[in-house]
Amino acid sequence: MDLSMKWLADYVDCDMPIKDFVSGLTLSGSKVECYEQEGAEISNVVVGKVLSVVPHPDSDHMVITQVDVGEDQPVQIVTGASNVNEGDFVPVAKHKSSVLHEGKPVKITKGKLRGEVSNGMLCSLGELGLSVHDFPYAIENGIFILGDDCEKTVGMDIHKAIGYDDTTVEFEITSNRPDCLSVIGLARETAATFNTKINVKKPEFKGVDGDINDIIKVKIHNTDLCKRYMAGIVKNVKIGPSPRWMRERLRASGVRPINNFVDITNYVMLEYGRPMHAFDLRYVDGASINIRNARAGETITTLDGEIRELSEEMLVIADANKPVAVAGVMGGEYSGIMEDTDTVVFESACFDGASVRTTAKKLGMRTDASARYEKGLDPHECYEALMRAFELVEELGAGEVVKTYIDENYEDETPKTVEFDPDWINNFLGTDISENEMTDYLTRLGFEIKDGMVVSPWYRVDIACKADVAEEVARLYGYNKIPSTIVRGVAQAKLTDAQKFDRQIQKSMLAMGLNEISTFSFISPKYFDKINLTADSKLRNTVKITNPLGEDTSVMRTTIIPSVCEVLARNYSYRNPDCYIFERGNEYIPVEGETLPNEPERLGFGFYDTDGKADFYNMKGVVEGLLSKLGAQTVEFERAQADCSFDEYSAFHSGRVAVVKVNGTEVGIFGELHPRVLENYGIGVRAYVGKINVPELMESCVAQKTYKPLPKYPATTRDLSVVCDDSIPAAQLEKAISKAVGNILEKVTLFDVYKGEQIEKGKKSVSYAISMRSHDGTLTDEQADKAMKKVLDALKEMGAELRM
Amino acid sequence: MKEQLKNIDERAKEELSHINDAKLLEDFRVRFLGKKGEITAILKQMGKLSAEERPVIGQLANKVREDIETALAKRKEELKSAMEQVRLAEETIDVTLPGKTAKIGRPHPLNATLEEVEEVFLGMGFDIVDGPEVETDHYCFEALNMPKSHPARDTQDTFYINDNVVLRTQTSSVQIRTMEKRKPPIRIISPGRVYRSDTVDATHSPLFHQIEGLVIDKGITMADLKGTLELLMKRLYGEDAQIRLRPHHFPYTEPSAEVDLMCFNCHGKGCSMCKQEGWVELLGAGMVHPKVLEGCGIDPEVYSGFAFGIGLERITMGRYNINDMRLLYENDMRFLEQF
Repeated sequence: MDLSMKWLADYVDCDMPIKDFVSGLTLSGSKVECYEQEGAEISNVVVGKVLSVVPHPDSDHMVITQVDVGEDQPVQIVTGASNVNEGDFVPVAKHKSSVLHEGKPVKITKGKLRGEVSNGMLCSLGELGLSVHDFPYAIENGIFILGDDCEKTVGMDIHKAIGYDDTTVEFEITSNRPDCLSVIGLARETAATFNTKINVKKPEFKGVDGDINDIIKVKIHNTDLCKRYMAGIVKNVKIGPSPRWMRERLRASGVRPINNFVDITNYVMLEYGRPMHAFDLRYVDGASINIRNARAGETITTLDGEIRELSEEMLVIADANKPVAVAGVMGGEYSGIMEDTDTVVFESACFDGASVRTTAKKLGMRTDASARYEKGLDPHECYEALMRAFELVEELGAGEVVKTYIDENYEDETPKTVEFDPDWINNFLGTDISENEMTDYLTRLGFEIKDGMVVSPWYRVDIACKADVAEEVARLYGYNKIPSTIVRGVAQAKLTDAQKFDRQIQKSMLAMGLNEISTFSFISPKYFDKINLTADSKLRNTVKITNPLGEDTSVMRTTIIPSVCEVLARNYSYRNPDCYIFERGNEYIPVEGETLPNEPERLGFGFYDTDGKADFYNMKGVVEGLLSKLGAQTVEFERAQADCSFDEYSAFHSGRVAVVKVNGTEVGIFGELHPRVLENYGIGVRAYVGKINVPELMESCVAQKTYKPLPKYPATTRDLSVVCDDSIPAAQLEKAISKAVGNILEKVTLFDVYKGEQIEKGKKSVSYAISMRSHDGTLTDEQADKAMKKVLDALKEMGAELRM
Repeated sequence: MKEQLKNIDERAKEELSHINDAKLLEDFRVRFLGKKGEITAILKQMGKLSAEERPVIGQLANKVREDIETALAKRKEELKSAMEQVRLAEETIDVTLPGKTAKIGRPHPLNATLEEVEEVFLGMGFDIVDGPEVETDHYCFEALNMPKSHPARDTQDTFYINDNVVLRTQTSSVQIRTMEKRKPPIRIISPGRVYRSDTVDATHSPLFHQIEGLVIDKGITMADLKGTLELLMKRLYGEDAQIRLRPHHFPYTEPSAEVDLMCFNCHGKGCSMCKQEGWVELLGAGMVHPKVLEGCGIDPEVYSGFAFGIGLERITMGRYNINDMRLLYENDMRFLEQF
């Protein structure tokens, strides 16, 4: 809501520094977004009187003028405009002035034009930031010749002379206060805030004799959606521009002046917050106005020239045959006011907010009118608005108002009341405000205290409970005067096991040198192809957004892998030499028969390193480190197969991908990205990604760690190299070794894998250090030898022979 | 013999001053002090001496030996430290060369800020609870006093999954889920992702994070709300942090407030960072609307409470002076490694 301060001053004393006004209203609940002085970019421009105009000796299209600008001597100004004559009053930008050129401020200084001195510039409307809508008698391409509605005092600052000195204050009005979308509404707030008087006159008109019922009929077919419909008639209409004061205020309020009737409806809307409409009677077929639901298949061409298809839940204003307006949203093109309109029908009505909102939304057109209606206006003020429109018609001499008017479906409302309970209010706010003080605040806001009740003024549709009254008291008392206290009582709070687990994951990953990322939870369905997901993958069944911003953010991710890939790719394209990342984020998995999807937590991670330092085993190391810190029991790694529980399998290099099992459950998959996926993402080096299912992992981890005594006796270590088929995974050999050594085994450490010249093709040599220790005493050589013998036997069974 | 000893003493000391090598030192020791050394040889001849001379010479011989031993030890130490000096000099390195970094990952700035906020609230006895991001219209709007046609819905451009399921526009949905499950007293915060159909720019994102707070008990006042928020801001921004409350409207709180933080740059005077306002909008808050309490089966005549919703991006950007929200989701290493 853009408020003209000049207009506001008609109703309330607001003569104070603008900063005080702005901060006062902001703190009492009408938030000021910003304020702006009209024509602030224009400076040192004054009214001048043209004394003489002679042709430029060296130019066909320029003239030399002598202009009186109220100084001792006239100034000479050269201009290219052809509409300047002796005796004209014009805006003169003097030496060292500032005007607008194509909307941007420019400095004007004196200079020579084809050899002739020019001490400034004569200005057009555009150079002042105005248009022909503001001064309809002026021309677009030429000097603005001041009309009789301007103060023709030479030397006077142009802002003052043409009424271009208003201040516009932009308010953010909350949806519960549609009454404040008006000058009078804000005047009321101003008066209440600064404790001054408000002065709103009841509008009055004289009128001419005549019975409106002879001219037009009104019928409301849906009284639920139209709470009141008032209509009035203006005869012998003279369409023309409205006077300067009206144009000025419309302009300051951000509304373009059009003609006197359109301007009057807009003026009343801004002043009272009540949308009005004006029809040309000629185009109301059958002189009959019907407020009814649209019929299936009906269309209307609205004022903006668009053809709109209507549907049956929409309320329209129709004549005998067709809709002429969409109720509360916009009028029809053909029934609007034109140059030759003779009789005008004014509409001042109250339509149901929800209905207007739905209609406006469905038609995709939000207008000043619909924005007000949809917040729920009260039927009461239809009357004031219509009277004000009549008054303005007479004041502007724009036509003859027929004395009688139509008022349909209106019952005087009983005012809303709420119990007045000062003690409750103080207890609720934590304040100690006296009853008198509260009464004063409420009265200033237009409430009445009667028989222990707070009676709302009719324009306050939002007061329904004691808490609402408390807010009214609090905002005038001052929110910032309310004391600050600490919530009483003792409360114990702690993180849940899942929250602790989640924090542990973060700290472990950070400690291993991975940076934490945060990515969008919605992705493009195309990302599934990008990560090579099979066509029938269940991950393609997503939660879809019906109104996404774009395809890239149109489905909720069912896998965190593309999010990780995306960040790797972006960093690669930024030429960052390495990128080690992880994210704790959700996946969103639709569940058959459930309204809402599952949102399980996942750990996604990945890296690349252009130094070639990163490989599969770095990633495995990260997983091992994480699982060990989290207390995972019986961890196993296996080469992932296509039928594993992770559909993301196909995103990986099939020879370099592992699933990790904890207690027999597959909790994660990781490995090198498939070359095709790297290509899809434009990553030019090998990259590694993985994901871990956090809830499943947590189930298999021991939260509480217990201490094991440190060993008292020394360990015995034996090294062993065996040769076996290349295809036997190291994990199998290790398993066999562990089993063979039994309970004296402390650790099996792989220290070498060799394939090459001394080894038969298709075989490999694997070397282990086997550390054994007993808790009962130092191991003897015999005990160790016995264990090693068992190991060799076990390995032999697998086809692994001691390397000689 | 006296002369001989004197001579040994002089020669030994003279020789010692020229030795620059550990091996030669050992030869020296053997030659003079060893079992077959010169002093021992002299002592062997002691038997030839008279009873009077014997103790005198003996004493002298012992003194000479001790002298040489001392000189030898001293020379040894001199040599050792000289060699150390050489080694240290040789091994001198350029300490201004870059260090070999032990990589440590950095938490995402949003999460770093969140953890601090969580710690403040845990300290005040607030539990942390989660709620679904894909949410029913009921929990996201209707139970929060925003029926389908409510105009306030327009201020939260919503992503729809279908007519009854949305991406939550606010964490306030967790208020309802919590009040349905727990009985007062309730003290919780609920951080999480929220979604609004805003196009991405420096200050908007279709996905951002909120931290919802909710307190319900007997006798909870608006003064408690103010005190709680002031405490949080002082913890986050320092003791001189100042906030102000402005009346506002949210359908689910009454009274409602928007809370501004005094601009750190200009201390309330107005500057370009705060768009000349002197204050920066930080969060929305208010007393839980009686209708909302009732809807959750809590009697508003007995209990009252407050709620607030903090924008995590906003406080994170304020803390680290980040001027573009997009940086938070771009995850550029050069950005992330700054935290």
